[in-house]
Amino acid sequence: MRLQIRNARVVDPASGRDGVGDVYVADDRITEEFGKPDRVIDAKGLVLAPGFVDLAARLREPGFEYKATLESELDAALAGGVTSLACPPDTDPPLDEPGLVDMLRRRARALSRARVHPIGALTLKLEGQALTEMGQLTDAGCVAFSQGNAAMPDTQVLWRALQYAATFGYKVWLRAEDAALAKGGVAHDGEMATRLGLPGIPSFAETIALGTLIELARATGARVHVCRLSTAGAVELVRKAKAEKLPLTCDVAIHHLHLSEMDLGYFDSQCRLEPPLRSQRDRDALARAAAEGVVDCLVSDHTPVDEDGKHVPFAEAEPGATGLELLLPLTLKWGEAHKLPLAATLARITTEPAKILGLDAGRIAPGAPADLAIFDPRAAFRVAPQTLKSQGKNTPFLGYELFGRVRYTLVAGNVVYEA
Amino acid sequence: MQRNPQLNASGELQHLLSIEGLPREVLVQILDTAESFAGVTEREVKKVPLLRGKSVFNLFFEPSTRTRTTFEIAAKRLSADVINLNIAVSSATKGESLLDTVANLSAMHADIFVVRHASSGAPFLIARHVKPHEHVVNAGDGRHAHPTQGLLDLYTIRHYKKDFTRLIVAIVGDVLHSRVARSLIHGLTTLGVPEVRVIGPQTLLPLGVEGLGVRVFNDMRAGLKDCDVVVMLRLQNERMRGALLPSAQEFFKHYGLTEDKLAAARNDAIVMHPGPMNRGVEIDSTVADGPHSVILPQVTFGIAVRMAVMSIVAGN
Amino acid sequence: MKLPDAEALCEQLAAELRPRIGPRSAMVGLYTGGAWLAERLHSMLGLKTPLALMDIAFYRDDYAARGLKHDPKRTKIPFDVNGAELLLVDDVLYSGRTVRAAMNELFDYGRPASISLVVLADRSGRQLPICAQYVGAKVEVPAGMRLTLKRADNGGLALALESERAA
Repeated sequence: MRLQIRNARVVDPASGRDGVGDVYVADDRITEEFGKPDRVIDAKGLVLAPGFVDLAARLREPGFEYKATLESELDAALAGGVTSLACPPDTDPPLDEPGLVDMLRRRARALSRARVHPIGALTLKLEGQALTEMGQLTDAGCVAFSQGNAAMPDTQVLWRALQYAATFGYKVWLRAEDAALAKGGVAHDGEMATRLGLPGIPSFAETIALGTLIELARATGARVHVCRLSTAGAVELVRKAKAEKLPLTCDVAIHHLHLSEMDLGYFDSQCRLEPPLRSQRDRDALARAAAEGVVDCLVSDHTPVDEDGKHVPFAEAEPGATGLELLLPLTLKWGEAHKLPLAATLARITTEPAKILGLDAGRIAPGAPADLAIFDPRAAFRVAPQTLKSQGKNTPFLGYELFGRVRYTLVAGNVVYEA
Repeated sequence: MQRNPQLNASGELQHLLSIEGLPREVLVQILDTAESFAGVTEREVKKVPLLRGKSVFNLFFEPSTRTRTTFEIAAKRLSADVINLNIAVSSATKGESLLDTVANLSAMHADIFVVRHASSGAPFLIARHVKPHEHVVNAGDGRHAHPTQGLLDLYTIRHYKKDFTRLIVAIVGDVLHSRVARSLIHGLTTLGVPEVRVIGPQTLLPLGVEGLGVRVFNDMRAGLKDCDVVVMLRLQNERMRGALLPSAQEFFKHYGLTEDKLAAARNDAIVMHPGPMNRGVEIDSTVADGPHSVILPQVTFGIAVRMAVMSIVAGN
Repeated sequence: MKLPDAEALCEQLAAELRPRIGPRSAMVGLYTGGAWLAERLHSMLGLKTPLALMDIAFYRDDYAARGLKHDPKRTKIPFDVNGAELLLVDDVLYSGRTVRAAMNELFDYGRPASISLVVLADRSGRQLPICAQYVGAKVEVPAGMRLTLKRADNGGLALALESERAA
């Protein structure tokens, strides 16, 4: 299909380009200009950007189909302009076997929606004891290895896993949280948890674990991506590690740029998240670090949870929030607050995550894959169960009015979503 | 952000979920009303017909005999019908969800739900889902709040000391796990007590407790100096997780209330305890049974206070 | 309209009651106006038995509609109701519901030998079969108005009219 997109404000984070123009697509690539397109999309007033790359989106298959399915969640991805996503291994069973990974990839590919890149389990059953067959999992399509939100209490195993991964150049994506210090905690150990009488997870549960992780990364040479930073302290540790030129990257979940422990209000279980929402100081440090580039990219950490999982007392609620469809508006909101140019804002959800995934994605230039998001940055929408395509209607932003609506999403040159 | 769910649109108390967030006037109204009920319990016919025809459902997800009994007595003194439900909760057997349980009881025409639950915030969840004429009274949720206990403690202090604005009050023991402590602290600060102290080892004081408006003391004698009111908290064995204390004996040595330690407080200081007491752990028998102790009157006041709470919410 | 002099009515009531006082006579005043009146009468009559003051908040019949609106005062009855010849004192008799509630409350304290109702003013508008044995004066009150007893700082009593809508 030969497609012309006309009059768009083309924003290409890779080159920094931001200006009105036309873009041409033929088959699955962006091409040079040509005459006689099969279809013309008039994108006047809209922004054309590379399709977004989300490093953490739970699709809930296999195992949790009652919460969500590949179909519903990939639809949500496209509605959010996400054309490539990585899904964590904490499915049921976890993605620790090549057969499971293969099945998942086939299913996703057959649906012809967003591109799915599975993250394999680092240890068998995610139990933190025995290594998985990382070689075979990579052959099956895994792009990195992770523990999801599962703990890895045995530091010896962590060290060996990093050594093994480093041997073959496999990437390891890990959350930094000391299991023993975090045990039993459901909220940030601070003023709000004290008031609400909730067991807390202290900030040093993250910084202690991150210190350990950085040391092991230094010792093994493994390429480590730190997932879901939540504290100001962790930001400083990452800054120092990067100054040392360690091959370390990190991400922050989009919620943690906007919300803090104060948003828990009267025990709102929509704010029950992993890691927890921390102090306003932490939130502000994360937002600044993302603007500075110390935090490489932003993720949705999309986690659909059914109603039963949230309509219970806070400490009993399932952690997680739906996020694929909110990634764009929340990223734009953050970018505006920090007065960043649009290209720099979008880089955090296009070029930077693409680099970490090792994908050829996140750029607009002839020859690049035609994965594109065309959106109206001024369009408002009210976050409500009816307006969300995901089966997960669980979000702290319910009732909020956000700005930034996707109008067209293209994957491999096909218009797979239109609003 | 949500409106305080305890108050209806006219600012009247429709649920009692926590002392935090209640205006001073509401607290004083409850204490004054409780005082009127105090006379009822002293006469032969210990009932008033106020809640005749109304049903009070005691929903205790955490076992408790004392609190449930006082609520039952209070409800019956208001001529209400009382139904007790002890729902044993085991995390292994996930039975009916909390909201389903409440919905089923709602269908049986409840007026007041008195709820005790192990999870902080459970009564707030219930209050969000009950019908307009149904009222929720929190009988203790996790570590968060025990507002009727807080109120009866305030009542007791007012009874013996009259003026809140001239007092030094010390709360001693396991503040970290104590919903009683949190409720009392909020009540004391709202009613204008100039100095509220918490006394305990670092392991038993929550992070950022100063943010609640209290002074922290790790040394008991220093903390009790010149106090008018000493509130001893129960050392909660059932709630302790992890290495918080070496032993009850060691706790008694540093933080148990003995005559010797109490001597640091004022001569007319009163000693309180929410009960049940662990004699020889947080409090010496001599003090518990001594002239400063008002522990038994607290129990009597508890009935009047609960009568006041139920009659106020049920009328709004 | 001109309201009768409350002080004069007090004198009049005391004069009427004096010959009727016996060894088992006891007085119960209803908060707030009835309590003021009872304090005055009790002292004027020199009653031996201490004065009882009663709040009927918990016996009202309008709880369902109004809830517990006023801060209730504490009812104190410092004598044995059983066998007493009670003088129940209130400032204004109107619908009769206050007196009904007061009698129910008194019977929860014991079984009196008799109850006589003493009121400063009787305005018509009875909704229950209640009447007063001792009445200071009959007062016609215009619609939408309320008749109340006021007490000045020096203790002087006076009847007053105010709009029903006043708090």
